[in-house]
Amino acid sequence: MSEREAILSRIREALKVSAPHPGAHDHNEPPAGDLRNFSKWLPAVGASQAEQIALFRANSTELRTDFRLIDSMSHMVSEIASISGKENWQKIARHRGALIDDALSMLDLPSITTDDGYDVNALESSDAGITECDALIAQTGTVLVTSRSAGGRALSVLPPHHVVIARRDQLLPDLPSAFALLKKKYADSYPSMISLITGPSRTGDIERILVLGAHGPKKLTVLCY
Amino acid sequence: MIPFFKEFKQQATRLTHDLRHRGLIQTALKKYEISRDAKKSRFQSWETARQAAAETKWEAINHLDKYLVEFAQKLEARGTHVHWASTAEQARDIIVKIVRDKKARSIIKSKAMTAEEIHLNDALEHAGFEVVESDLGEYIVQLRHEAPYHIVFPAMHLTRGEISALFQRELGSAPTDNPEELTMIARRALRGKYIAADIGITGVNFAIAETGMISITENEGNARLTAALPKTMISLLGIEKVLPRLEDLALFLPMLATAGAGQALTGYNTMYGGPRQPGECDGPEEFHVVLLDNKRTHLLADAEQRDALHCIRCGACLNVCPIYKNVGGHTYGTTYQGPIGSVITPHLRGLQDWKHLSSASSLCGACTETCPVKINLHHHLLQNRRNAMAEKPVWWEKLAFKGFAFVVNRPRLYDLGKKLARIGQAFHPLIKGTAFDPARSWTQTRELPELAPQSFHELWKERK
Repeated sequence: MSEREAILSRIREALKVSAPHPGAHDHNEPPAGDLRNFSKWLPAVGASQAEQIALFRANSTELRTDFRLIDSMSHMVSEIASISGKENWQKIARHRGALIDDALSMLDLPSITTDDGYDVNALESSDAGITECDALIAQTGTVLVTSRSAGGRALSVLPPHHVVIARRDQLLPDLPSAFALLKKKYADSYPSMISLITGPSRTGDIERILVLGAHGPKKLTVLCY
Repeated sequence: MIPFFKEFKQQATRLTHDLRHRGLIQTALKKYEISRDAKKSRFQSWETARQAAAETKWEAINHLDKYLVEFAQKLEARGTHVHWASTAEQARDIIVKIVRDKKARSIIKSKAMTAEEIHLNDALEHAGFEVVESDLGEYIVQLRHEAPYHIVFPAMHLTRGEISALFQRELGSAPTDNPEELTMIARRALRGKYIAADIGITGVNFAIAETGMISITENEGNARLTAALPKTMISLLGIEKVLPRLEDLALFLPMLATAGAGQALTGYNTMYGGPRQPGECDGPEEFHVVLLDNKRTHLLADAEQRDALHCIRCGACLNVCPIYKNVGGHTYGTTYQGPIGSVITPHLRGLQDWKHLSSASSLCGACTETCPVKINLHHHLLQNRRNAMAEKPVWWEKLAFKGFAFVVNRPRLYDLGKKLARIGQAFHPLIKGTAFDPARSWTQTRELPELAPQSFHELWKERK
């Protein structure tokens, strides 16, 4: 018998006796309602886009994500140029995509494009990794990326500054809607990596004191137009 | 070898008297409590979310065979190698073999309690490979050749001064008491390791049956890098990690973050459904998933305590446990500490050797109340005590209770006992706290309450 069969048969044997219903030990009446409707129990999110933008902004402030709402693509281009100048970027890493092509159209810097394969050391020494995303999530201030939408697995985590270019209509209210989007968009063939990025890389492993940039990006900038 | 319970008692006695240690842990956990409460209060209904989580895990665990088969099939369909291991030894052998076949030189690893459980690092080092822990806390305890102190905060017992001294000694860095500088020292030391490593090993927080994915929760980005750069990725998980559907994560990820670390959502929650797929530009060429039983099916067979397999390893029960806060994580001598460790270790490593952990409890129920998946923790501690006694009765305890029952069933004899005790009490100060004192384990650190001059029974008679 293979180990697979051995484990499965032990499981089937064990499950012949049924377990008590969960939460029964609690003397209070178990909460009723449609338990599967998670949106009703998770933190509340306003219905309008303005409320959701405000919530994403508030969460970003708490997480130390630099969130900027921009009114046009031409301002997006100048915003990136100004960040680049301020941080003295020498070279950047990016992937191909309509939003990125537009946003970086005026940025005259050496760059690597990860789509065609790349040298890891070159990516590591890039000053910024610039990606698109699948969605922004207001409830938690999260950026949803996949290996297909954001130039692979490493681009959004190896360079010291991750810059996300997003459209306003990519903003979703909450986590359940983000998973619904993933299903709708990818159910036939999921990307090999799906990541919910919530703030820059962080650690509290030394005396529970917050430090940014533990291994991943020290800075996360979300530019939304 | 000293028996486990003696070791536990010695360490517990030492650490409860170590005021510096207690101060450190209580400061750290106070910060956790404040942020956890703030994040919990943002939920529209934390209690309903708990019930929904408990029922979802119940569904998964009580149909574990079905969901595991689905999980493995979906992963295999997209080119992942799925391995099944009944024991820790089999899991170690599987992983060592993969590493050997790849002729690997160096291995980068992100945090995995299951790997601690099977002593994977020892096995890999013994086979001649270098393994580097990449989670900052794990890296620190690895440099100290120590086990993690806490399942979520591995280096919670150390001060920045101790960490600085460690880095000076092991990495030759300059002294500093700035946590940010210390983190950057580790960041610099590890960057090269990611790039050089041939193999990346990770743990798993959730296994999604519906889509054949593993989900990893972390704050630092070290697991992201571990799963992105090396050519081969190996993920090790216990069979209880399964969730039925992808959208279940919409509930479990924020609950894990809130209960575990007082965050709304952890920095990176990442799902992996296979090795690099056609059209993708990076990621491992090979992806291995190792499913570990290691006595989990023993716990599964105990229907009464089966819900202990709902555990998502958030560590919330450790953080609220008065015993954990006083004796600290290392005292347990187990991979999983605190209330959940006390419940499951007897199943994983033997009831008679580990039953003492179930007695190291005030049964206050704080663990049960805080558990995000509603595991009936403190009742399971009682059940472990009952089971241990039924399996191997202690003769003198049985005799003592028989004697007690004999006396309390005879009011005259009981009255006589009370009178004698009042007389005896007058002489107690002569032997108090010495080896002759029958109440020594109490009187060493506490005052014995005085017997009232009249019992309730006597007072009642008088009033009537």
